[in-house]
Amino acid sequence: MRRMQQIVAAAGIGLLALTGAGYEAAAQVKIGAVLSVTGPASFLGDPEKKTLEMYVDAINAKGGVNGQKLQLVIYDDGGDANAARTFATRLVEEDKIVAMVGGTTTGATLAMIPVFEEAQIPFISLAGAIQIIQPVRKWVFKTPHTDKMACEKIFGDLKARKMTTVALISGTDAFGKSMRDQCVGVAPAKGITIAHEETYGPRDSDMTPQLTNIRNKAGVQAVINPGFGQGPAIVTRNYRQLGITVPLYQSHGVASKQYIDLAGPAAEGVRLPAAALLVADKLPEKDPQKKVVVDYSRIYREKTGQAVSTFGGHAYDGLMILVGAMQRAKSADKAKVRDEIEKTKGYVGTGGIVTMSPTDHMGLDLSAFRMLEIKKGDWTLLN
Amino acid sequence: MAEFLQFLFSGLTVGAVYALVALGFTLIYNASGIINFAQGEFVMLGGMTTVFLALAGVPLPLAAVLAVVAAVAIGLLLHRFAIEPARGADTVTLIMITIGASIFLRGAAQVVFDKRFHSLPHLFGTDPLRIGGAAILPQSLVVLAGATVIVVLLWVFIDRTLFGKAVIATAANRLAARLVGINTGHMIGFSFAISAAIGALAGILVTPITLTSYDVGTLLALKGFAAAMLGGMGYALGAVVGGLLLGLLEAFSAGYLSSKYKDVVAFLVILAVFFVMPQGLLGRAKVERV
Repeated sequence: MRRMQQIVAAAGIGLLALTGAGYEAAAQVKIGAVLSVTGPASFLGDPEKKTLEMYVDAINAKGGVNGQKLQLVIYDDGGDANAARTFATRLVEEDKIVAMVGGTTTGATLAMIPVFEEAQIPFISLAGAIQIIQPVRKWVFKTPHTDKMACEKIFGDLKARKMTTVALISGTDAFGKSMRDQCVGVAPAKGITIAHEETYGPRDSDMTPQLTNIRNKAGVQAVINPGFGQGPAIVTRNYRQLGITVPLYQSHGVASKQYIDLAGPAAEGVRLPAAALLVADKLPEKDPQKKVVVDYSRIYREKTGQAVSTFGGHAYDGLMILVGAMQRAKSADKAKVRDEIEKTKGYVGTGGIVTMSPTDHMGLDLSAFRMLEIKKGDWTLLN
Repeated sequence: MAEFLQFLFSGLTVGAVYALVALGFTLIYNASGIINFAQGEFVMLGGMTTVFLALAGVPLPLAAVLAVVAAVAIGLLLHRFAIEPARGADTVTLIMITIGASIFLRGAAQVVFDKRFHSLPHLFGTDPLRIGGAAILPQSLVVLAGATVIVVLLWVFIDRTLFGKAVIATAANRLAARLVGINTGHMIGFSFAISAAIGALAGILVTPITLTSYDVGTLLALKGFAAAMLGGMGYALGAVVGGLLLGLLEAFSAGYLSSKYKDVVAFLVILAVFFVMPQGLLGRAKVERV
């Protein structure tokens, strides 16, 4: 009886292998993605997943890449870096992917890097931190701007307003902490003095004590709030509640309509750096990014019924950079695709104009960020 | 002086939120000895249901009432399908069931509502009241008033009505309570319904200050639980005292010491209190007769 079971099992496995092989013969190129579709980072991962699915379908409808259809294999890590690593191994060993787009969070990305480096598979991350591409790793790329660029953009704007002394109030979540560190690191080089620092927990509901201390600190000319989620909205409300008059800067972490909704009239006059995607309709016609961001926003809105976010845009850029590289390489060979990703030049995406090099695996400069000011409950573009 | 007042106001604002959440733990604990870890989810349900009904065009007061009704219904369902079938189990098992229920409700809220943050309009506008150079939002006073009203109602109910005494009797000795003709199952179910209502009401009142999302309950319940323990579990007044104290500790340590360590300071004080008074500030020591 036991023996019989073994034979049946063996036959079953054989059959599976056969059908599997038949599937491969259809010449599909497998692209992997591990995204935080659920969990605390779901507001990032959810639009990323929708974007990838939407555009892979669209590419396949047009005949695929180099005559081969793309097959997307998505796993949801739920915001857990350990899970991300497990899925990365599965993508390499079982799904046998050719390239990888995504890693929603920095934590997940850093956990997956060794897997793809070892397997020598091109990996385009959708996460923010600069550690992903510094030091440069042969197989790892990323599409979003870094925190450091946001700091530099804000400091540049401060300089233009002839302000040099600022206070920081940052969230203690990963995003807030990382951006705070980058701002503190880059401030001396930009001639900015950070006179006072405060923090708040990501779930705190009142930041007036911290802001009172900032208000009482002499010489502070502006306040910067690195953080995302609800914290910055509450900081903004408390800021107005206390009647603080110096300018308030938010980060690209709150670059969504939701922030304006939550902060309400208190958001009036707040400035922040953000990707062009956020102000797609407001960009001048001659802006090189105008067409791509308007098209992406329109298609995303039509397909999902939701407002566009920059995070989905990062996924769009990652996929398009990969597809472009595959077209130039005229194959789905991992090493050739990697080389072509690195040679990406002048790709106009939602996040900016990307020109990569062996020393720069992101390829964005400060022009990718636009300085925005909130006026009458809407974004306005500053020059 | 102005800073002191501002820190005080901040502490009262946050403390009132904790107090209101802490109150929700009281009744279920009194009826069954269970600490209901799904209490935070009642708070979330109150806020989120109101937000979504209002978005659907329901007038705000009606949306709030419907949200409380919805939370009560879910509280009763939770009791009927999760707590009641396991009524023979010990308290620890039942507490674990409430943890499971909390995870379930959070997951369901992700699907039924969404994963974004939401807010509700302030009852009396967002113009702060300025007193001695410090500013407090009218909504903070509304939350404080709400906590006061609930404390008084709970006290009247538990100490002054026969029904309330029956609830206490159920907690004290379920068998004896049944022998004198109390339907203990109904009592516990009833306590879930009322706690859900208190939680939902708290959620509606605090949402303009704290904002809300599907997972807002986790941390609010944690802080509310700490506040309830600090004040003495099962005492309505203790919940309020504990909540306000926790809020004030956080605000003053953020203001005078360092915002980095404000939670550390708050929880150190709580630990210190438990070393000296294990029953909490207002709790009475439990006497077990053998």
